[in-house]
Amino acid sequence: MRLPVSWLREFVTLPDDVTAEQLLADFVRVGFEEEDIHTFGVSGPVVVGQVLEFTPEPQTNGKTINWCQVDVGGQGEERDIRGIVCGAHNFVVGDKVVVSLPGAILPGPFPIAARKTYGHVSDGMIASARELGLGEEHDGILRLATLGLDPAVGTDASALLGLDDFAVEINVTPDRGYAFSIRGAARELSHSTGASYRDPAESPALDRYARNPSAGPAAEFPVAIDDRAPIRGNVGAFAFTTRVVRNVDPTLPTPPWMVSRLALAGIRSISLIVDITNYVMWELGQPIHGYDLDKVVGGLVVRRAAPGEKLVTLDNQTRTLDPEDLVIADDSGAIGLAGVMGGAATEIGSTTHNVLVEAGNFDPTSVARTARRHKLPSEASKRYERGVDPLVTEPASARVVQLLVELAGGTADELGSSWLAAKLPSAIELPDGFVSRLIGVDYSDAEIIDSLELIGARVEAGAGELIVTPPSWRPDLTDRATLVEEVARIIGYDRIPAVLPVAPPGRGLTRSQRLRRSVSNALAAAGTTEVLSYPFLSRKQIDEFSDGQAIALANPLDAEAPFLRKSLLPGLLEIARRNLSRGLTDLALFEVGVVFLPEDGVTYGSGPLPVGDARPSDSKLAELNGGIPPQPWHVAAVFTGDAVAKQPGLGAVPAGIADALSAVDQVAAALAVDVRVARGVHPSLHPGRTAELWVGDRSVGFAGELLPVLAHELDLPRVVAVVELDLDVLIELGRVDASATPINTMPAATQDLSLVVGSDVPAADVLASVIAGAGELLESAVLVDDYRGSGLGEHEKSLTFALRFRAPDRTLTAAEATDSKKAAAALAASRNGATVRE
Amino acid sequence: MLVSEPTEITEQSVATAVDGALFAISEVANAADLKAVRSAHTGESSPLARLNGMLRDVPNDQKAALGKLVGQARGRVNAAFAAREAEVLVAEENARLESESIDVTAVGSRWRAGARHPLSLLMEQMSDTFIGMGWEIAEGPELENEWFNFDAMNFDEDHPARAMQDTFFIDPVDSHLVLRTHTSPVQIRSLLDRPLPVYVVAPGRVFRTDELDATHTPVFHQIEGLAIDKGLTMAHLRGTLEHLARAMFGEDAQIRLRPNYFPFTEPSAEMDVWQPHAKGGARWVEWGGCGMVNTNILRAAGIDPDVYQGFAFGMGIERTLQFRNDMNDMRDMVEGDVRFSQQFGMVV
Repeated sequence: MRLPVSWLREFVTLPDDVTAEQLLADFVRVGFEEEDIHTFGVSGPVVVGQVLEFTPEPQTNGKTINWCQVDVGGQGEERDIRGIVCGAHNFVVGDKVVVSLPGAILPGPFPIAARKTYGHVSDGMIASARELGLGEEHDGILRLATLGLDPAVGTDASALLGLDDFAVEINVTPDRGYAFSIRGAARELSHSTGASYRDPAESPALDRYARNPSAGPAAEFPVAIDDRAPIRGNVGAFAFTTRVVRNVDPTLPTPPWMVSRLALAGIRSISLIVDITNYVMWELGQPIHGYDLDKVVGGLVVRRAAPGEKLVTLDNQTRTLDPEDLVIADDSGAIGLAGVMGGAATEIGSTTHNVLVEAGNFDPTSVARTARRHKLPSEASKRYERGVDPLVTEPASARVVQLLVELAGGTADELGSSWLAAKLPSAIELPDGFVSRLIGVDYSDAEIIDSLELIGARVEAGAGELIVTPPSWRPDLTDRATLVEEVARIIGYDRIPAVLPVAPPGRGLTRSQRLRRSVSNALAAAGTTEVLSYPFLSRKQIDEFSDGQAIALANPLDAEAPFLRKSLLPGLLEIARRNLSRGLTDLALFEVGVVFLPEDGVTYGSGPLPVGDARPSDSKLAELNGGIPPQPWHVAAVFTGDAVAKQPGLGAVPAGIADALSAVDQVAAALAVDVRVARGVHPSLHPGRTAELWVGDRSVGFAGELLPVLAHELDLPRVVAVVELDLDVLIELGRVDASATPINTMPAATQDLSLVVGSDVPAADVLASVIAGAGELLESAVLVDDYRGSGLGEHEKSLTFALRFRAPDRTLTAAEATDSKKAAAALAASRNGATVRE
Repeated sequence: MLVSEPTEITEQSVATAVDGALFAISEVANAADLKAVRSAHTGESSPLARLNGMLRDVPNDQKAALGKLVGQARGRVNAAFAAREAEVLVAEENARLESESIDVTAVGSRWRAGARHPLSLLMEQMSDTFIGMGWEIAEGPELENEWFNFDAMNFDEDHPARAMQDTFFIDPVDSHLVLRTHTSPVQIRSLLDRPLPVYVVAPGRVFRTDELDATHTPVFHQIEGLAIDKGLTMAHLRGTLEHLARAMFGEDAQIRLRPNYFPFTEPSAEMDVWQPHAKGGARWVEWGGCGMVNTNILRAAGIDPDVYQGFAFGMGIERTLQFRNDMNDMRDMVEGDVRFSQQFGMVV
């Protein structure tokens, strides 16, 4: 909300030299954040000049410029006449204009200097309205006569036109609709500074223009409120006032003080009548609609739109109305969307002489829905959505009448009407001590009562409580906590001390929270970098790493990527590609995050939401929770480039499936879970380099290298190793209570065993046979070599296992170890067709 | 090596054998020499060994004297050999160490630099501050039912935040599923699920339909705090925030509250933090929102607001990282460029 300071000053006393910064600080104290400062950006000598003579001079470029002699002040010897080049042609000799002299700065910033142009030295510039920041008018220079002004030559034009004013802009929170007005903002400023405040809605000057309620039925403009489909039980209009002003002169200009205030407020000047309606909205917070009375057919009805009813709005759009839209209609049909935008048919124009002024108060919900439905947020709808003082329709329409009479030459008509059915804020019981109990500050009774009275509430003493009736402009004050905030705010939040509460003893992180951290720390310590990817994926990305249905967004940012991830890998691969494009080629990335895994055939979501402010039933809560798709935690990693960089004495070690499987080991170690590696099949992974990962008989994920063709498609190198694990399942299956095995200190015997098997026999299978066959003397068996080549058949390989034997109670003999080894070989022979390689 | 063959045990022959052996030992330069000398002068066929063998044949009355003569001679030779052997082995080991020397400044690392994401680290650090106070960490789903995200948090069904321009809705819209727009639904979940009193913080990921630019991202993180107990006041809120601020920004940090509006708190406040060690000088920074939990939320969880009351607060993790660690561009936090995480390593 932009607040021109000259305007605020009318209603709240301000120091003469108050600065924008000071005002903003004052507003912040009572809860309005600072947004900006607005000025015209005009400084230096900008004065009223009079054109004494001018000579048109055609130029070679086809333009004609005028070489003007302009009187800019002074008498006799001191008389100051400047030669100025002017490209405009909308003036005559004798016109008074605005001259910016060398040294002046116009908005832009645009410094003015005497400069040579078109063969003359132009000693200043004659300004257009736009050049002064007073609007868009740039077809010619600003002639002061068109503003009804005839000031003395040499007068300071900045002050004359209000260009020396400035505005502060504050952020108004949604609960404080009343502050979308000079009236409300000035009141808040007075709360902050203690300065005196004059309510413009109670200005005595308005009395002359108030509607005369005793004028009798003949003076009533016919208005009917006929809402047959209230939204949430609320009739669409809470209050509705009309007034008529006749014989206004539509050719009269808007006075410069109003133009400059509107400009600082961010409102473009359009015409005097429209400007007056906007001016009053800004001043009092009451949106005003003006109709050309001669175009209105009959009286007005406030009703819901008929199905399919059409309306051409002021922006010349033909809109098909919804039966929920509240409209203002005359006998011809809808002529406006109530509280949102007027209709083109009854628009105020250059031929309007008789004005019907409407000040309505409409249901916030109805206005909000209509504005949203037709994508028509307006200054009016913004105010209605947040609540407008229902008692201000009459003063505001009187203010419009006043300005139409005083500035537009109109005559106030007796005809008018006023209807009020607003629910005013009800009285709230504020128990003694409640404010202090919530805030933790010992406020005195006087402080509490004074604060509430200051914001306009009526306060009466009850038994052990105060009975507080909020003012009509504060629909947000609905319960005692809202009153507490007002007291705390008016007295100042700085009074609140800092006291540390003592919570009951906690149990620390949950097991799952602790282990998720361990996994992330283990992967990072092992040289993997954590990244956080977006969960939005395309159909193709979803299909590459999952199957079945996926959750889709109704309103994705990117229409190509509406799905929620079922795998972390597409996001990681995209991040890998981005790093590669930045020249970072050796990558080891991981993410720990949730994925969205709807089960096939299940419809997610819930029926109607619980209403009211009571705890929903357990069955309703179960329905809400049951309709939320599973969102397990996963961990995934991607490796490409070199795993170990080339360095003196050591060649590079390229990344591959070994890195992915090492990551599995790191995760497994962090979680104390035994993960078994087996051959796997995955549509996006290399058919010969895919491992499925198991814990017992539960599949917990995949590791492998991307299909090279897919890697190519994704702009990735040929070898990209990936792994993804279901972290929730791993945590569930992890060891919970470890029981320690005593350490055996008897001497060990070590032997190697080389077994020749078919080249397609998985080493893990042979190892399993070796372990099972060797018996209980075997302490450890590790695959140390996989040899193929001379001495072996074409489809054979030799696997060498290093075996370590130990007995619990004695020193093993070599013969005992050898017997165990032979037993291992025998079982491998029968299970895997292995022969011992001597 | 020339070794004269002794023929009988005499002082002369023993001395000759000893001299020969000592000379040979003194000439030893390496392990190979040691081996040769050992065999030539202390072995089975060495002159002294042979002289020793002749003791069998000497008359009994001379055995003691000659035995002593030969024994002492062998002792001298063996001792000299052992001393020389030790010297040679040390010299050899030293030579080997010398030859194994490398330029330690040119040794490569087999460790790849890994890193945590600073947002994760910051969430963990903030969470740990509360764990230290006895609070617990609460969690909730990222894909939420609208009731938890909005209605239960006192957002009216016509609240502007529920319009499509802010919230990601799941298709179909009438399924009432959304990507949570804040961590606040964890508040109502905690109140529904946990026994009173409740002291929890909820760090996590949230979503809004903002296009990514230098100051916005559609996916970001918040941490939410909630305390519901008997007798909690806004002073306790301030005390809690001040404690957190000191943990995050140093002992001189302070909290300033300014009136504001949120549907889920009343009274509500915007909180600023005095950041004493900011680059460019100490300053006030906007940090988040807070207030006393709206009684409508307590009622929605079936809690009697006349008995229990409390406070809630929330702040953006990205924003915290931005001003705490002096970052300008939001995009660096979300693009996953490894250089971003790696500049923090394991510590934020």
